[in-house]
Amino acid sequence: MTIGSLPSRYRISIDPVRCMECERCIENCPYGVFRRDGDRILVNSRNCTACHRCIACCPRDAISLEEHPCDYRSHPIWTREAREAIYNQARTGRIILAGMGNALDYPVIFDRLVLDACQVTNPSLDPLREPIELRTHIGKKLAKLDLRRRENGDIELRTALTPNLRVETPIMIGHMSYGAISLNAQMAMARAAKETGTFMGTGEGGLHSALYPYQDRMIVQVASGRFGVNIDYLERGAAIEIKIGQGAKPGIGGHLPGEKVCEEVSRTRMIPLGSDAISPAPHHDIYSIEDLAQLVRALKEATEWKKPVFVKIAAVHNVAAIAAGIARSPADAVVIDGFRGGTGAAPRVFRDHVGIPIEAAVASVDKKLRDQGIRNEVSVIASGGIRGSADVAKTIALGADAVYIGTAALVAMGCRVCGNCYRGLCPWGIATQRPDLVQRLNPDAASEQVANLIRAWTLELAELLGAAGINSIESLRGNRDRLRGYMLDESLMQVLDVRQVGA
Amino acid sequence: MDRKRRTMDGSGIRQALSMMNERGSGEGAGYVAYGVYPDYRDCYALHVFFDNVRENKDVVDATLEQWGTIEHDEAIPTYDQPNLRAVHTPWRYFFKPDPSLAPASTSPEDDIVSALVMRVNTARRGALIFSSGKNVGVFKAGGWPEEVADFYRIEDYEGYTWLAHNRYPTNTPGWWGGAHPFNLLGWSVVHNGEITSYGTNRRYIESLGYTCTMYTDTEVVAYLIDLLVRRHGLDLDLAVRALAPPFWEEIDRMPEAEREWNRALRLTYAPAMMNGPFAIVAADADTMVGFTDRSKLRPMVVGECADRLYISSEEAAIRAMEPKVESITMPAAGEPVIGRVAP
Repeated sequence: MTIGSLPSRYRISIDPVRCMECERCIENCPYGVFRRDGDRILVNSRNCTACHRCIACCPRDAISLEEHPCDYRSHPIWTREAREAIYNQARTGRIILAGMGNALDYPVIFDRLVLDACQVTNPSLDPLREPIELRTHIGKKLAKLDLRRRENGDIELRTALTPNLRVETPIMIGHMSYGAISLNAQMAMARAAKETGTFMGTGEGGLHSALYPYQDRMIVQVASGRFGVNIDYLERGAAIEIKIGQGAKPGIGGHLPGEKVCEEVSRTRMIPLGSDAISPAPHHDIYSIEDLAQLVRALKEATEWKKPVFVKIAAVHNVAAIAAGIARSPADAVVIDGFRGGTGAAPRVFRDHVGIPIEAAVASVDKKLRDQGIRNEVSVIASGGIRGSADVAKTIALGADAVYIGTAALVAMGCRVCGNCYRGLCPWGIATQRPDLVQRLNPDAASEQVANLIRAWTLELAELLGAAGINSIESLRGNRDRLRGYMLDESLMQVLDVRQVGA
Repeated sequence: MDRKRRTMDGSGIRQALSMMNERGSGEGAGYVAYGVYPDYRDCYALHVFFDNVRENKDVVDATLEQWGTIEHDEAIPTYDQPNLRAVHTPWRYFFKPDPSLAPASTSPEDDIVSALVMRVNTARRGALIFSSGKNVGVFKAGGWPEEVADFYRIEDYEGYTWLAHNRYPTNTPGWWGGAHPFNLLGWSVVHNGEITSYGTNRRYIESLGYTCTMYTDTEVVAYLIDLLVRRHGLDLDLAVRALAPPFWEEIDRMPEAEREWNRALRLTYAPAMMNGPFAIVAADADTMVGFTDRSKLRPMVVGECADRLYISSEEAAIRAMEPKVESITMPAAGEPVIGRVAP
């Protein structure tokens, strides 16, 4: 034996007094933690992912879960994760895969920013009694307007507006592909988007025919693998998004394991059954900013300039300059995905170490666009680690027009952020294609939950705006005067262009 | 405002403003009058606060001479008041910019003067240009309205449009530059309120070449009006509509053509939209406009009497100036009141 077995990450135990041996845990755990032995239920904690499915299903609260029951000798540098990564790679010689977002203990800038409220010198507004407008328009805007008054006094608009997406709340659902997640999960989110007046992304997995009824609420994605892309697909979407990169794995392409490519996924993606869907790191027709502008134009031309085209990039060091380049193309919106963005599968080294946080990325993009006098001409959508309405408000105050949520929408459907999405065994029916698991997710109930989440955040946003004496979301956009930094260092506050608390 | 351009001396508005002393704190007041410099009507009248004339004036002189001709300059006459400490020396220049120095511009003289204002005020070298239009002058200082009026002997000036303001400062007490009216070129602004969208408005206006230097939210109003009216060529009522637009609910109910241009206005000028409670009166040589925020969280009263138009926070002020006022109205939230003088 060289390495031997490692300490188990979790310990599941069943209280024999409470357990009534109903076997729901056995049925519900796809990882094989539980099995029956005579009149007992045995546990193999080593298989546990802390997905909590068993705990949620147990009618008697008999199951308990403990994290790290047996840890290594503590050490500040040689953490458990560092050591286990080495054991793993020493054995396999491979890249380590991981799911969900960045798991390193970086400080969260959102949690060091506080919002403002009015007292005395201006009244706070009460959203129950006064209108607070959250409607947002995503798309190209004009630098100036040519409005003329005709002889008869009518106003004539002499400049045509390009198509914009009208979103009733600045919260949109980001791109999670069919394949990475189940059709039921996509259906649930699409219905929620329709119900709450917002939009959701298809991801790069094409558009399944079951989603056609919601297509005017879907943003269809064109990524480097071009999966599922044809003219029918482009024409169905409310908008088109070119995905250059993703916050969870900047600089590399996507990977959908062949196990998840079932017949329906294969048809929707237009790839062979059971084959790995690997999208290349770059788009092989985009090797420069002008190539991107060409693709934007090509997509617009193909859809007769009727649809907004977004470009999504990962938040990397030079994000501001890249965004400024995108803003100069006919693209309508820049989507910036911060390094906390989620994913079904990413090499751990990328997920945890590449890219920058969304807070800093939005601030620097907004500033760069303003320095060039073009900020209002293009929309900025931010994503990657938005956990609540306060994060939304802070992101907008830092300069975004709207946000994409991803993980939060999955959590609203039951996801426990266990991070094993890439294994295709999601016990909640979300990140899986196995029919028996998929059917666990009821699209009706799940869509109501996602819609509730968006409604609840929207209500909270209205309250936050009202308290700040603002009755329309555009007056919060880039309004960093309404933020203060708490225990942030000076150079970061300069990047964020916020003052410190008390100043 | 007198729509026939018949002038009034400053004693009337001094009296009107003093009716509202409980709205102030004695830390700042000011007046602006249009038509005060008929002898220099073709020159830009630059009013400057010098911290110290000996130290700071040479720089301004040199800068102005680089860009045009100083036709005349002098200290603005002032008269000591017991409770008003003169921390600055007010000075005025009558200046003609050389249009050939801004050949690419369609309004070279305005552009030169507004750039000079931004440059001098940003440099912060003991000089602040607080008034820069033709045939218009701002007179302001720290003190109660009557003291400031007497400091400048405002009754010695004759104007056909007057704005005045009494300040209850919270942001920058005592600073003369922070008193209203704010002026850039032809436009002057007085403002009651606090702009909660200031951070958005300032970043927008600064991204288009303006520089905010007065540490207070009101100056963005002057710059936004300058941007929308002078640089973008919008009619004044449309500019006001961009700053205090109708709610989407109203826009949705409009007939199609009207809905389209209102939507376009909101989308294009979203960062110019002003939020928070305010009542604002702005004026240029030909116009006076009063408007409030979209919810009318600050008062605004309008009075009319023959050719005279009055806009005020309180009816009492209007009646003090015009006891025989013929009509008093209270415009709806966001609805602009516009007066124009005869050409």
